Amino acid sequence: MKLVLETKNINKHFRKPNDFHVLKDISFRIKKGEFTSIMGKSGSGKSTLLYILSTMDTDYTGELYLNGQLVTGKPHEELSTIRNKHIGFVFQFHYLLSEFSVLENVMLPAKKLAEKSHVEIEYGAMEKLEMLHIGHLANQRASRISGGEKQRVAIARALINNPSILMCDEPTGNLDSHNSENVFNIFKRLKEEEGLSLLVVTHDEDFAKRTDRIIQMEDGRIIS
Amino acid sequence: MINWKVILNIAKTHLMTKMKSTVTAALGVTFGIGAYITLVSFMTGLNEMLDSLILNQTPHIHLYNEIKPTEQQPISLYDEFKNSVHIVHSIKPKQSQKKIHNALPILNYLKNNKKVKGATPQLRTQIFYLSGSIELGGNLVGIDIMEETRISNMRDYIIGGSPEALKNAENGILLGSGLAAKMSLTVGDRVQISTVRGDVFPLKIVGIYQSGIADIDNIQSFANLKTVQRILGEAQNYITDINIKLFAIEKAPTIAQNLASQFKVTATDINQANAQFETGSNIRNLITYAVSITLLIVAGFGIYNILNMLIYEKMKDIAILKATGFSGRDVQLIFMSQAMIIGAIGGILGLIIGYGLSRLIDNVAFETEALPTITTYPISYNIAYYVIGITFALLSTFVAGWLPSNKAKRIDPVRIIRGT
Repeated sequence: MKLVLETKNINKHFRKPNDFHVLKDISFRIKKGEFTSIMGKSGSGKSTLLYILSTMDTDYTGELYLNGQLVTGKPHEELSTIRNKHIGFVFQFHYLLSEFSVLENVMLPAKKLAEKSHVEIEYGAMEKLEMLHIGHLANQRASRISGGEKQRVAIARALINNPSILMCDEPTGNLDSHNSENVFNIFKRLKEEEGLSLLVVTHDEDFAKRTDRIIQMEDGRIIS
Repeated sequence: MINWKVILNIAKTHLMTKMKSTVTAALGVTFGIGAYITLVSFMTGLNEMLDSLILNQTPHIHLYNEIKPTEQQPISLYDEFKNSVHIVHSIKPKQSQKKIHNALPILNYLKNNKKVKGATPQLRTQIFYLSGSIELGGNLVGIDIMEETRISNMRDYIIGGSPEALKNAENGILLGSGLAAKMSLTVGDRVQISTVRGDVFPLKIVGIYQSGIADIDNIQSFANLKTVQRILGEAQNYITDINIKLFAIEKAPTIAQNLASQFKVTATDINQANAQFETGSNIRNLITYAVSITLLIVAGFGIYNILNMLIYEKMKDIAILKATGFSGRDVQLIFMSQAMIIGAIGGILGLIIGYGLSRLIDNVAFETEALPTITTYPISYNIAYYVIGITFALLSTFVAGWLPSNKAKRIDPVRIIRGT
């Protein structure tokens, strides 16, 4: 089975205010099409790990492979392109650009990638929005829609460049149970229908239990 | 690879949603540039007017025979007193003529010289203007009127009559305006003049001359060179002064030196004669630039402030952009292009406002005795000031945008997203 993500002995220290060993020898693999969740208490280092995996945090030791390619040590410009093309990201707080319309928010990463024409991008973005049942919001301002809708827009944006892996930081942490259920179903469908790999950091045990695999973390180590 | 379309689109959206700040920042630049253009156009116009007032009436090089003592007194030729202190009492000027020796060949030489635009002979003499029993002391200058009008703007200063009238009148005189007022004379009247030796001549007033400098207008009049020579009873080669206009004014000092040594005459150049005007112009320019730069720096701080605030407000957006694949450089370019758009729009508006104000000032009536040709305030329209203005606008906004945008470039998205 092909690997999407692999880490070898990742260690990270927070140096301020005093030295703190957050991640200790993290090594694991995620196969293509796998729906994985990372669980652990606050302070166990799961979010920190996710940001390293997302290539946004480069201050660590060890090796990170994406699609079999070593990512560690690449210059920032290149990492931006990798993020743009291969990684979709969904945050706990929906983090849309509030001055832009929903459609523009979704289109932005694809415009940055600039592999398709404007019309194709717009078509693709509409497709993603329709798939998440929010096509009717396309021309609304991003600041004018509800929290659950925002989260779905954020998912559509993360999917626009057809990434290799979707990473989510507490995607349901801020949503009520109805919307949480909704988001989970979307993820499930994406995995089953599109064969997308997912890595979700969550506190929500019910959510985690229904994923393919749970990575438990405690005090900076993977315990199961 | 930089995707300008996306970057400019984001910059545009930021500017449009923050219209008030955008307009404030742009207006800062507009006022800075507008004030610069207006100030510099007005100041330069004024400088040019003042310069032309003096410089156009001053030849680039003036040749004459100076009355002065011989530099080598007989005692210094005597070897035996070489190592002694020489004390000579009552040194008198050297006995010589006022006229320039060999004036006509010198004139000829100058007229064939390619660097010389024109050379005019003059004969200056002291006379008295007779008005009843009153004698007014003054000067009469014999000139070649047509040549004089060709190389200087003398025509502008003849307020009644014309240079042609003087040329055609055998016994014509262009009377100084101050004199005309004192003696209640106008064009067409006759005035009697008396030479130092006491000979009296009647001359017909064919024009009034007003230089704008009272000291000149109160004593000086012009007549044809030949007329003055005849009044003085001198030959046709009796010329006391030669005025030279050059094509390139900067060469005046060197050419003056050459002429002085070549023809053994005294030659003063325009820089020597008018050093103080240069100083005045320079100081006025300095003030103009100091004020304009101050205005632009203030505008620059305005832009710096507004961009800084914008970046704090957009912290989350910056983090998002970075998380979704925009590089630090893209983010910097987004904010830099906002600064540059503000600078360009503000700058161009400033140029337009500056030009408008210049036009306005240009049309305000400004009548002065000193300058018969000037009816409105002087303005200099020079494309170079507009180029400098827009360059400065872009430069100052670039600097003002650089620091905040550099900060945006270095924002760590993880810290923002995690909320620490």
